[in-house]
Amino acid sequence: MTLARHVGLALLGAAVLFVLTVKLGPFRDFQIAEVAAYVAAVAGLTVLIGHSGQVSIGNGAFMAIGAYVTALLLLHLQWPLEAVFAAGTAAAAVAGGIVGVAAARLRGPYLAGATLMLAVALPSLADKYSSTLGGDQGLPVTITTPPWLGVTFPPTRWLAWICCAAALITLILLANLGRSRIGRSWRAVRDNEVAASLAGLHVGRMQILAFVISAACAGLGGALLATVQAIASPGAFTLTLSIGLLTAAIIGGLGSLIGSIWGSLILVFLPTYAQNVATSHGLSSSISSNIPIAIYGVVLILVMLLFPSGIQGAIRRLLGPVTPAATAPFNALRRQAPASEHQKEGTT
Amino acid sequence: MQEFLEFTLGGLAFGMIYAAIALSLVLIWRGTRILNYSQGGMAMFTTFVAYTVIQHTGNYWLGFAVALVSGLILGAVIERTVIRPVENKPPMNAVIVTIGLLVLLEGVAGMIYGGQFKSFPPAFSVSGLKIGNTALGISQNDLFTAGAVLVAALLLAALFQFTSVGLRLRASAFNANVAQLLGVRVGRVLTLGWALAGLIGALAGILVTPQTFLYPNSMDAIFVLGFTAAVIGGLESPVGSVVGGLLLGLVTSYAGGYLGSSLVDLFGLAILILVLMVRPAGLFSPSATRQV
Repeated sequence: MTLARHVGLALLGAAVLFVLTVKLGPFRDFQIAEVAAYVAAVAGLTVLIGHSGQVSIGNGAFMAIGAYVTALLLLHLQWPLEAVFAAGTAAAAVAGGIVGVAAARLRGPYLAGATLMLAVALPSLADKYSSTLGGDQGLPVTITTPPWLGVTFPPTRWLAWICCAAALITLILLANLGRSRIGRSWRAVRDNEVAASLAGLHVGRMQILAFVISAACAGLGGALLATVQAIASPGAFTLTLSIGLLTAAIIGGLGSLIGSIWGSLILVFLPTYAQNVATSHGLSSSISSNIPIAIYGVVLILVMLLFPSGIQGAIRRLLGPVTPAATAPFNALRRQAPASEHQKEGTT
Repeated sequence: MQEFLEFTLGGLAFGMIYAAIALSLVLIWRGTRILNYSQGGMAMFTTFVAYTVIQHTGNYWLGFAVALVSGLILGAVIERTVIRPVENKPPMNAVIVTIGLLVLLEGVAGMIYGGQFKSFPPAFSVSGLKIGNTALGISQNDLFTAGAVLVAALLLAALFQFTSVGLRLRASAFNANVAQLLGVRVGRVLTLGWALAGLIGALAGILVTPQTFLYPNSMDAIFVLGFTAAVIGGLESPVGSVVGGLLLGLVTSYAGGYLGSSLVDLFGLAILILVLMVRPAGLFSPSATRQV
């Protein structure tokens, strides 16, 4: 029944998006496509942090992997688009597995730091292998609208359709995974590793699986984003992107898939909005381009101090009594107990 | 052989910078169990303050002093305003608040100073020193850098070891509740820890910036390597952070020198992963790892 409900919700979403993309102009379609690309990546991250209790500041790097695989396959092998996206997702998943093996041994600050390093280090590969990866210029990503849509069909609407379809499928899969045995195991591992282990769960394996899935989602998001922006370049996958993903997941509410949509909307519309306001008030370009960054910072701090369960948590609180599901992700984060507690456990 | 000597000395000089960042992270970690991701951002910001002072007065040492003082103040203010409320919350919250601070500082610096690369003056000459005809690969300024960090580290060690303030700092880090019961004002001590970390970070910022240019993200890569140094050292031990910094300085210097400079960050990542795989809590920490 859960599957039917999720699919029903997704179909409803698809219908709304269909109407929106047909009614709105090319620029809005482009923005919808961008939001959808971010939704895929943010949803994976929110599942990783909210359900399995691991933090990654490096998911931008997995997006870069997805984007570059997409660009290379389209450029050299001209694979069909579905196959390209699948390959991009798979490549990021493999990378996520490698990092996950290391990550599963690491606790909070160590894990966050290792993924941070990944986000900083990976884009430098594009420079090192500039003959294949195009250096700072990046690689072009061009797709064509399929002939059955007719020659006058707006390409941005096609982009929006592809991205929304991919994002919706990702959301359905993640929603089901969260409700499945695997999702329950993640939450058990997150809440108490020792108890989960005694109950027969393989803690390390579950954590690595969560990492692989979040990396795969990020890879798909990166592949979509590269397609939307028609380019895969190192400048698009900086540390700022990784921090933006984290911001989106947190603003939306950790562990909440609907929240990942709120977060992605903010990720796309806040910079544009800030830029418009800044230009209309005649502020210089250095101010307008940095306002969104400063706002991310303020928002991250304020959300953590005032509403630690994010937008979706606030909506849930408004709509009804607090359910265990709504509060769970946050109780759970206490699992990463202060190091002093860990030491106590270690010595007894 | 000549090359090897240059890379070694250059690596040690740069390693002292990583050591300084690592030291500031360890100071905060020991006191509050928080990893301060905004440390690089704070150092960048205080260096911009120094830049402004130097631009207006033309006096390098005035800028140097102002940067250190503003690091001290910035650290204390941040601890009092945004860190205090998350100190006893899940560690995730503190991680996110410090990342928020990093982004905020970079955004504000970008708004005030713009994104262009600015050159920052070194304290002393940067032309290479020689013994006879052998170039050493380091300059007077590198010697000053290494010396300044070393002096700061020794002063810090003396503060911790021989003064009553240091005793309070150590007591609060060891067990905040017991320290509080014994009359230590733990809140003030934590603020002091953050202030000192801000000062050390500011020092690292001024010392490294002549080599990297100054822009809102200028400290990102340095911070990440400093963090790596701290983790290699185990996050607990000041000595470990200096050793970790020097080790990392050497390895990145050899990697950059022999294999190409674009690989430095990747080598840092490789070392970090390697050390954490072998000893998940760092090289210099008592073995307290996870149970399952």
